[in-house]
Amino acid sequence: MRMKPDSLLYPAPRGLYCAKGDFYIDPVQPVERALITHGHADHARAGHGRVLATRETLDIMRIRYGEGFCGESQVASLGETMAINGVRVSFHPAGHVLGSAQISVEAGGKRIVVSGDYKRRSDPTCRPFEPVPCDVFITEATFGLPVFHHPDDRLETARLLASLKQFPERAHVVGAYALGKAQRVIALLRQHGYDEPIHIHGALAKLCEYYQAEGIDLGDIQSATLAGEKRPDFAGGIVIGPPSAFADRWARRFAEPVAVFASGWMLIRQRAKQRGVELPLVISDHCDWAELTGTIREIAPAEVWVTHGREEALVRWCELEGIPARPLHLVGYDDEGE
Amino acid sequence: MKAFAELLGRLVLTPQRNAKIRLLTDYFRSSPDPSRGYALAAIAGTLSLNTVKPALIRDLLLERMDEVLFHYSYDYVGDLAETVSLAWEPPEGTVPVDVPLGEVVERLQRAGRSEVRSLVRDMLDRLDTAGRFAFLKLVTGGLRIGVSARLAKQALADLGGKDIGEIETLWHGLSPPYLPLFLWLSGEAEMPVLTTPAVFHSVMLATPIGEGDLEGLDPADFAAEWKWDGIRVQLANIGGVRRLYSRSGDEISGAFPEIVEAAGIAGVIDGELLVGGTTRTNRSTATFGDLQQRLNRKTVNRKLLDDYPAFIRGYDILFTGERDMRPEPFHARREALAALIDAASPHHFDLSPLVPFSTWEELDRLRSDPPDPVIEGIMLKRLDSPYLAGRMKGPWFKWKRAPFNIDAVLMYAQRGHGKRSSYYSDFTFGVWTEAEGGTTLVPVGKAYFGFTDAELEILDRFVRDNTVERFGPVRAVRAEPDAGFVVEVAFEGLNRSTRHKSGVAMRFPRIARLRQDKLPREADRLETLQAMIGMKG
Ligand SMILES: [Zn+2]
Ligand SMILES: [Zn+2]
Repeated sequence: MRMKPDSLLYPAPRGLYCAKGDFYIDPVQPVERALITHGHADHARAGHGRVLATRETLDIMRIRYGEGFCGESQVASLGETMAINGVRVSFHPAGHVLGSAQISVEAGGKRIVVSGDYKRRSDPTCRPFEPVPCDVFITEATFGLPVFHHPDDRLETARLLASLKQFPERAHVVGAYALGKAQRVIALLRQHGYDEPIHIHGALAKLCEYYQAEGIDLGDIQSATLAGEKRPDFAGGIVIGPPSAFADRWARRFAEPVAVFASGWMLIRQRAKQRGVELPLVISDHCDWAELTGTIREIAPAEVWVTHGREEALVRWCELEGIPARPLHLVGYDDEGE
Repeated sequence: MKAFAELLGRLVLTPQRNAKIRLLTDYFRSSPDPSRGYALAAIAGTLSLNTVKPALIRDLLLERMDEVLFHYSYDYVGDLAETVSLAWEPPEGTVPVDVPLGEVVERLQRAGRSEVRSLVRDMLDRLDTAGRFAFLKLVTGGLRIGVSARLAKQALADLGGKDIGEIETLWHGLSPPYLPLFLWLSGEAEMPVLTTPAVFHSVMLATPIGEGDLEGLDPADFAAEWKWDGIRVQLANIGGVRRLYSRSGDEISGAFPEIVEAAGIAGVIDGELLVGGTTRTNRSTATFGDLQQRLNRKTVNRKLLDDYPAFIRGYDILFTGERDMRPEPFHARREALAALIDAASPHHFDLSPLVPFSTWEELDRLRSDPPDPVIEGIMLKRLDSPYLAGRMKGPWFKWKRAPFNIDAVLMYAQRGHGKRSSYYSDFTFGVWTEAEGGTTLVPVGKAYFGFTDAELEILDRFVRDNTVERFGPVRAVRAEPDAGFVVEVAFEGLNRSTRHKSGVAMRFPRIARLRQDKLPREADRLETLQAMIGMKG
């Protein structure tokens, strides 16, 4: 008997639910059994009974929430198929952050792939996205509007280094999300040949350490949260911190700081202006419009479901392309946190 | 275009003045001619281009994009040029190139009306995203980057290690793309010599006297003159070419043919354009309200010339014949000016008289009670100062008469714009008058500034709690002898007006203070205002 896709996997109040397998994917509230795509806080929450995720995602959850982040954890190896109550489940690289995976769910002759968050560009800090043929592709749509065309990250990195030369007496203070973005910005700077020490806010320390332990070379990383009478002002240097730290007293210690922010949202000028950003760097860990539509064309699923982000525009595009598509209206995912 | 686009992007987001100047000097240093000259023109507002209507760029995008997707996009971004620059997809296989700004500007200037559409499409295909944005802002005339012409000139001065005064001196004699200017600034040529004889020269401006400014100054170092309430002009007659300019350099010769005709003096003078009679003909000067009859016209008729004859009251001199007088001290210039005016038509020229004084207190008294209603204050000029282009603190000060104040009653309020759109911040106020057998309020003016943010909160709350009627966006508020809101309104002067029911129009009214201590019945009456007509603050 062939199964209808929306009886295999459907949106429930606590998240995307597979009734046959009795598990949730990236649930927003504690559940008995959760499959987690990646370590970002809106996808990976603490307090579930059993968690199945990649080894890196489990490590990241442990770093963020402590040892007891769930009842029982189980490692999913990329590309290996497991059975959960007769449902075939496998994890595949998503190219979003270290450990991020798409999850394939298959039963009754139908396969649904949940993308989680993903991107298609090369990223020195994680494995590249692998397209998985499927009947239904559930795609994120964080940047699902035709205005989002992210520039080459190498050009953006070069802009930061140019500004550093132009304003050598000022500290360049870069806002970047603690998991993934911060490490990617550092790795990009290193690829560009920047080998000065990079100073980081305390909130990034454990994750940067973990990335380095996983063999990702971030070069000379030092703490920017030094105490004492004679604190350095980091003039001419690069300091990286979580965006939330910019409103804190922490940000006051730097020499005439240039406020930099690395995010896909920085493409929109008004966004940069509202946040008081002086040097916006368009560096995104999500697909832009061309990559979203290109991926759907490449995978060529029979049906597309769209979740968190600008769902309506991507659904409209699918319609114009003759691909059946619908929005899932899942709640609890933070499409701004990028 | 890439470098210019990056410069614009950074300037918009950079608040610090010095950082803006550095971005500009670095750009001017590293960019070639003529691109940097056109960039300068775009920033300083001297670039003239055939502009393109927003509808055209929207249409161009819709040639390639679904209308629904366009609406989602535009709605999200909020700015049309930005939406188009971001959503534009060049045909498959196009590699963005860096079209120099100079080429972009010159192609736009050459293009005929019918070619514009395809030119814009072609540029959008060839530029990258930031380049498209800068290009669209340029062609739609929406370049707003928070950089004044003065700041751009400071960057030029820094670039060449020159004084900003030198840049100001040259400025109006040069035009985009400013090749001789950049050659001089980069040390490859001498300072440009202006070829057009009767060109406008930047005027010298005064800074207002601030709290404590006079304490360290010696009255013996300064000359005082009345500050006349007309418009500041520059009259040039060099090599037989005669031009009359406003203080910003706009030519206004056409509106004042009698002055141009009477300008048989060789040189460039600085003065106040007024109407009425000169002191040399013993007739009185007319008010600013009368002068207004002559302003903003391209041509004039006989009747206007007869009813409102114009003349120049001389303040200073920049050139006698072709001799540059600007480096000379004040007294030497004034002598030259006096001689020139003496020889000129007594109906069209007189000399602004000096005001003798020996102490600041004495001058303050004169200032508060000037001998002529067309005086709006005192000018102080350092005796040893040369004529310097632009506004700098020290050589010239202006000391204005205090503006008029009245107490008025709030009558109507309307919501403001932008940051103030959630506040009732545009106010109409009135004073008492006798009409139809009773005492009523008649509106006398409108003001939307002068108050602090905290005061605005109070006013806004009053409006919301005391609305008695609504007319579209306008709310009428409670305004009765014993219930309502009194504000102290400050203004620069009053004109007679037929457009206002009250018969008077205020100049530059602002809300100076909230008078919650007063009842509406204590506010001023219309007769008080009528007595002020023609007087100048
Ligand atoms: Zn994520
Ligand atoms: Zn997400």
